[in-house]
Amino acid sequence: MLVMKGIVKQFPGVRALDGVDLDVRAGEVHCLLGQNGAGKSTLIKVLAGAHQPDEGTIVFNGKEVRPGSPIDAIRLGFATIYQELDLVDGLSVAENIYLGHEHSTFGFVNRAAVRAAASEVLTRLGHPEIRPSVEVGRLSPAAKQVVSMARALSHDARLIIMDEPSAALAHDEVANLFRIIRELTAEGVAVVYISHRLEEIREIGDRVTVLKDGRTVAVGLPARETPTGQIVSLMTGRNVEYVFPPKTGRSAGEEVLKVENLTAPGVFADVSFSVRAGEIVGLAGLVGSGRSEILEAVYGARSASGRVLLDGTPVRRGVVGTVRRGMGLAPEERKAQALLLDQSVTANITLGTLPEFAKFGWLDRKRERSEAKRLAEMLDIRPPDPERPIRTLSGGNQQKAVLARWLLGGRKLLLLDEPTRGVDVGARAELYAVIHDLAKQGIGVLLVSSEVPEVLGLADRVLVLREGTVIHQGEAAELDEHRVLDMIMNGRAA
Amino acid sequence: MGEPTTDRPAARTAAPALSSLRGFGEMRHLGLLGALAILVVVGLVTRPANFATASNLVSILSLAATIGVITVGATFVIIGGGIDLSVGAVMALASVWATTVATQSFGPVVMAICAILVGTGAGLVSGLLIAYGRMVPFIATLAMLVAARGLAQRMSDRKTQLIQPENSFIVELSTTRVLGIPMLVYIFALVVVLGWILLNRTTFGRRTYAVGGNPEAARLAGIDVRRHTMLLYALSGLCCGIAAVLIMARTTTGSSTHGDLYELDAIAAVIIGGTLLTGGRGTIVGSILGLLIFTLITNLFILNGLNTSDQLIAKGLIIVVAVLLQRRNLKERAP
Repeated sequence: MLVMKGIVKQFPGVRALDGVDLDVRAGEVHCLLGQNGAGKSTLIKVLAGAHQPDEGTIVFNGKEVRPGSPIDAIRLGFATIYQELDLVDGLSVAENIYLGHEHSTFGFVNRAAVRAAASEVLTRLGHPEIRPSVEVGRLSPAAKQVVSMARALSHDARLIIMDEPSAALAHDEVANLFRIIRELTAEGVAVVYISHRLEEIREIGDRVTVLKDGRTVAVGLPARETPTGQIVSLMTGRNVEYVFPPKTGRSAGEEVLKVENLTAPGVFADVSFSVRAGEIVGLAGLVGSGRSEILEAVYGARSASGRVLLDGTPVRRGVVGTVRRGMGLAPEERKAQALLLDQSVTANITLGTLPEFAKFGWLDRKRERSEAKRLAEMLDIRPPDPERPIRTLSGGNQQKAVLARWLLGGRKLLLLDEPTRGVDVGARAELYAVIHDLAKQGIGVLLVSSEVPEVLGLADRVLVLREGTVIHQGEAAELDEHRVLDMIMNGRAA
Repeated sequence: MGEPTTDRPAARTAAPALSSLRGFGEMRHLGLLGALAILVVVGLVTRPANFATASNLVSILSLAATIGVITVGATFVIIGGGIDLSVGAVMALASVWATTVATQSFGPVVMAICAILVGTGAGLVSGLLIAYGRMVPFIATLAMLVAARGLAQRMSDRKTQLIQPENSFIVELSTTRVLGIPMLVYIFALVVVLGWILLNRTTFGRRTYAVGGNPEAARLAGIDVRRHTMLLYALSGLCCGIAAVLIMARTTTGSSTHGDLYELDAIAAVIIGGTLLTGGRGTIVGSILGLLIFTLITNLFILNGLNTSDQLIAKGLIIVVAVLLQRRNLKERAP
């Protein structure tokens, strides 16, 4: 029904899709697998009309198509249910379902008709209890998922793309989701299903396509029969070479951080570990496994029960205190959470330790500049002019500036969340070297990454997380990518 | 600090880079200066006899002084990502409180201190509601606007309160001239200079940009965003208190009707000056130039005997033009 051939999508500095093939048959559940950054999200955005491919063809029901906008895609019969639900919280269920194609006469919405139609779709989905007049913002995540699905159905979609639809759902809700998917496919609708959970793919999937580094490495494998080992090695066999500094020249000293029974209900539970000075500890897990949240809780930016001790004394909640005590965080979303894009590199570097550059609030701008200059040279931030606005720097150099921020003021513990996200290969190697050097200087590092090789290559010890619990804790040297992925996806503790 | 071999070139490269960073700001300041120049030329052409006189210039500056002080505070709040609608009402309340019979009995210094404390206190209340009560700034300061105006009416019984002759020291701020310029213009200038220093040379100023530009990044960098937000509104209130002293000096009264719609003039001046309402960017100099443009328009309309309605239309147009030009500048900035 749908055949995509040789799809290429280039972004500045990155080739997100580098020749992807996909063929989906009517009435099947086609699973799309791949690690973070393999190109799954970009691919579905091409289908949803949000991105236009640079090369390649899309043939749908025998005709070549080019969805140039989301509206085009919807008219073709493609519907996408995104990972982050794209509902308008302030509107009612019915209004959300029919957003953009309201039943109307001369611009006046026929509310009764919309409600009746919405109610019909919801009943069909097995959720007659969701009232069409309720505001979406009041619904549970699972119910929102149903509304999203209802919206897809209301378009008479022939192809529904679901990006990790089960991520927000409880177990019994997943069963219901599968029931709905089966009903849809029985009517001849094709479903492209993206999930990290292999057991789900085995249960609902018909065929599997594996993506890796923007390419298709396997097309149309049988979902139930293909051995796990084969799928995992397809996902991991890689072209990108990671260059890690050797883990020598640093030795673990005193315990800097101790985390005891850290729990945030529904996010992560009973997490305990420690980080010593000069040690890099990695957290491996999928998006939604609680890894970033654990980092935030340690940093005092998120409330959780349990204890966090720095140098043996408990830290109080609140970032102001943890920063003063010597912690630093390089957050996951660099632009949204770390940078002042309008400000200079210098202002961004000194943001975390401003009081150290001031007497009675008066900034010593000369010292500020010379320190920023020194750090920029040390980390080789390019261009080497710390007075430039930081928005003009590349992602890798912006990330170096964020790291530079925490080289000031005698940090004891650095929390790094996806430090190489959106960074090209060359800059990655440099960042790895910087992180290694930090640990060598005696700073404890807690590292989160979606890329298993990165965790294994940098960290001394690794915690494997799945759905908010630590399922394995041990030396990095004793693990390999294959085993970690297996644990992450199948929940099997080794 | 460092060996001179690395330090000197560093300083040398930093200086032009700095000016290139501020370049767009200054270019826009050039635009504002150009607009001012055009208005001056218009004044010289239409009213050659009256415009370029010392007394007219002094009256322009005196007119600008009161709102000017408020504009400095508003610039901080807006760069910090907020908005303060209560400035005019708070100024009125401060002027009323400072001119009650009871306050006046303590003499002029206590009156001035009273006005400043009342202003700061009102700002602090707004700041607490916004920072710790998590109210939207627009709503919290709108409530403060209404309440402060009401309280001022209540205290004054809707009467204009004259400053007693024994407290004429306050009035002398507008009548005493040094080098031909009234004292209140010097106070205005002092507030501008202090405001500039606070914004550009202190941790407080740097944090203001951070809190307005990216509150989440500021929080995760260990800045106490809530406390800072509260302080910004207190600072705005402080400026209202100072402005209250100036308006008392100029009008010799305290009244609940003082400062009507000042909030709009102050916000307009800040916007014309290139400060973004979304926060994180802006300058004191720009705001003051924006204010002078506004004041000059008022002056020209009065000199030429045109009616105030036309004056309002002209001001409205200027706001629109300024924002459109700003947007063009933003586009040029984008990498």
